[in-house]
Amino acid sequence: MLTRLLSGDTPRSGLLTLLLVAVLISLAFAPFLFPGTKSLETAARICIFIVLVASYDLLLGYSGIVSFAHTMFFGIGAYGTALALSTSGPSYWSLTWGTLAGAFVAAVFALAIGLFSLRVKAIFFAMVTLAVASAFAVFVSQMSWLTGGEDGLNYKIPRELTPAFKLVNDKVFGVRINGKLLAYYLVFFASLTLFLVMLRIVNSPFGRTLKAVRDNAFRAEAIGYKVVWYRTTATVLSAVMAALAGSLLAIWLRYTGPATTLSMEIMIDILLMVVIGGMGTLYGAVLGATLFILAQTYLQNLMGVAAEATSAVPLVSTLVAPERWLLWLGVLFILSVYFFPSGIVGRLRAGRA
Amino acid sequence: MNETAIKPRIEKVPLREQVLQKLPVLLVPILALLGLAAIGNPASWLTLTVAGLAMGMMIFIMASGLTVVFGLMDVINFGHGAFVTVGAFVGFTVLAWLAGWTASPSVMLNLAAVLIAILAAMGVTGLLGYAFERVIVMPVYGEHLKQILVTMGGLIVAQQMIHVVWGPDELHISRPEAFQGSVVFGEAAIEKYRLVAVAIGLALFLAMRHVLKNTKVGLLVRAGVENGEMVEALGYRIRRLFLIVFMTGSALAGLGGVMWGLYQETITAHMGSEIMVLVFIVVIIGGLGSVEGCFIGALLVGLLANYTAFLAPKVALISTIALMVVILMWRPQGLYPVVKAK
Repeated sequence: MLTRLLSGDTPRSGLLTLLLVAVLISLAFAPFLFPGTKSLETAARICIFIVLVASYDLLLGYSGIVSFAHTMFFGIGAYGTALALSTSGPSYWSLTWGTLAGAFVAAVFALAIGLFSLRVKAIFFAMVTLAVASAFAVFVSQMSWLTGGEDGLNYKIPRELTPAFKLVNDKVFGVRINGKLLAYYLVFFASLTLFLVMLRIVNSPFGRTLKAVRDNAFRAEAIGYKVVWYRTTATVLSAVMAALAGSLLAIWLRYTGPATTLSMEIMIDILLMVVIGGMGTLYGAVLGATLFILAQTYLQNLMGVAAEATSAVPLVSTLVAPERWLLWLGVLFILSVYFFPSGIVGRLRAGRA
Repeated sequence: MNETAIKPRIEKVPLREQVLQKLPVLLVPILALLGLAAIGNPASWLTLTVAGLAMGMMIFIMASGLTVVFGLMDVINFGHGAFVTVGAFVGFTVLAWLAGWTASPSVMLNLAAVLIAILAAMGVTGLLGYAFERVIVMPVYGEHLKQILVTMGGLIVAQQMIHVVWGPDELHISRPEAFQGSVVFGEAAIEKYRLVAVAIGLALFLAMRHVLKNTKVGLLVRAGVENGEMVEALGYRIRRLFLIVFMTGSALAGLGGVMWGLYQETITAHMGSEIMVLVFIVVIIGGLGSVEGCFIGALLVGLLANYTAFLAPKVALISTIALMVVILMWRPQGLYPVVKAK
């Protein structure tokens, strides 16, 4: 049953299983285990980013395609939901059609970009997506009559998902059962479902072919697989998943703006999460996203302490200043591309053998 | 023995193909004429055209290094933008030290200050290119995926180091006296600095063409682009050639950074990655690895960006993407595809 749910792709390492179960339990009971607004925000972010990073891994790890337009698809999904909610009011109907419309637009964009640039070279695709995504981000912030420009959109979501809605009047285990909690579980279960769907995709014959194309496109073509078709389909699938993750973010934050969805910083974050977690395995996305967001939220405090401690040494204290945490992650990123291209998960799995 | 028998027969290229070959060159004047038709007013058209050419030349300076590096070594450097930024920051630091020279009305002192700033920037970025090639790029030759990732990582680290060294704020500097103000042709006012940028870009393009077509190093580079293994088999150390080309490309990016910085008069740690978008578009339009294509692509992008910024400011960046799409529909490998003997 469990193996079936995981599509036969078990973690295959004791420590990895332990970590994954720990992440799953922490996320599933986050509101009760770690009460407080900040930790709930962090938990929801982790859920959404696991989906986003896993969908990116579908491209980078499984198909060997580097795209810099992933935040564009993420943003299209978020803006789809946001626009629907802000134009036609906070109903479940507008939430649904906004999400579907976002996913559809993302799919069309991905299809166009894929058909256009994947036939030439993988490197072409990376450059084209980088250019298109930056242009899109600028475009969105300039279309202020529709998208609110740099300020983004604030909107209402259905009342049942807001803190104002009380399901039970008393506290359960010291936690208020309100709409925010419902919203969290909506995000959690949607993320879990999407993750399992992606696990299903990569372990299907289709996923196997993708790996074959990644490892040797020429041979795959010779055997009779249409390489362009497989690559484009992977791009479209990953774009749709990213758009759905974007919709989840839009529902959770009740705000959508260029900085939270479209910026290049988020793209770089995704890249770091995939590579540090482990390319070519979706469990890497889980660990990568969890560690990265925990580090983003809590490591900076630690670095602040380190900067205080070394404030006497001039250069070192600027190097360990909390704002410079990306520097160290960048170094870690380069090292992991060289020395452990399969990331944390690859290490753990190799350790068992 | 009959001598004519062993003479290689060189077929004359038909006229139609010759014209097709030259067709991309015509795109620049065509675009300029279209711009004139759309804008209407010749004075503003002239201003915009010079601005577009200046922008194109600066993008060309930054993009040329990238495209030659790709052609020769099959390495795409996503960290190229870091050299642009570092160049700009070094140049600005030097200009700030020489504030007395840049503020003086003497043209010679102004020129000397800018020259020193450019040389310093090119020196630093050249050395940085050396380090980058040795530490970051060398272990991943031949693996595109890792190259993209690793050079992207290099870009992140370089950007953060700029924050560490120069602080998080943007730098602001005014152009030297001699480059301020504009020249008036009839009704059109043209900024002096743009003319300087066009002159430097044109000189650089001609020099590069000369080196590539008429010198031994250029011959080796062109041969290396076509078939690196053969060049190596003939006894040339292609690794050293790689390194020299990479350093030159980085130094050119630094030069472009200083020029772009003086053009904008404000620089930030993110300027490199912002310009890289245009640089990539140019390199794709021109055909990866081709210097001529890159030059034409840069001029097209510069002109189009300025025309659309005047006609419809909101779609300026989209228009360059549209240009890229149109060109790729016409020639999927770019204007001048580089032929590889593989």
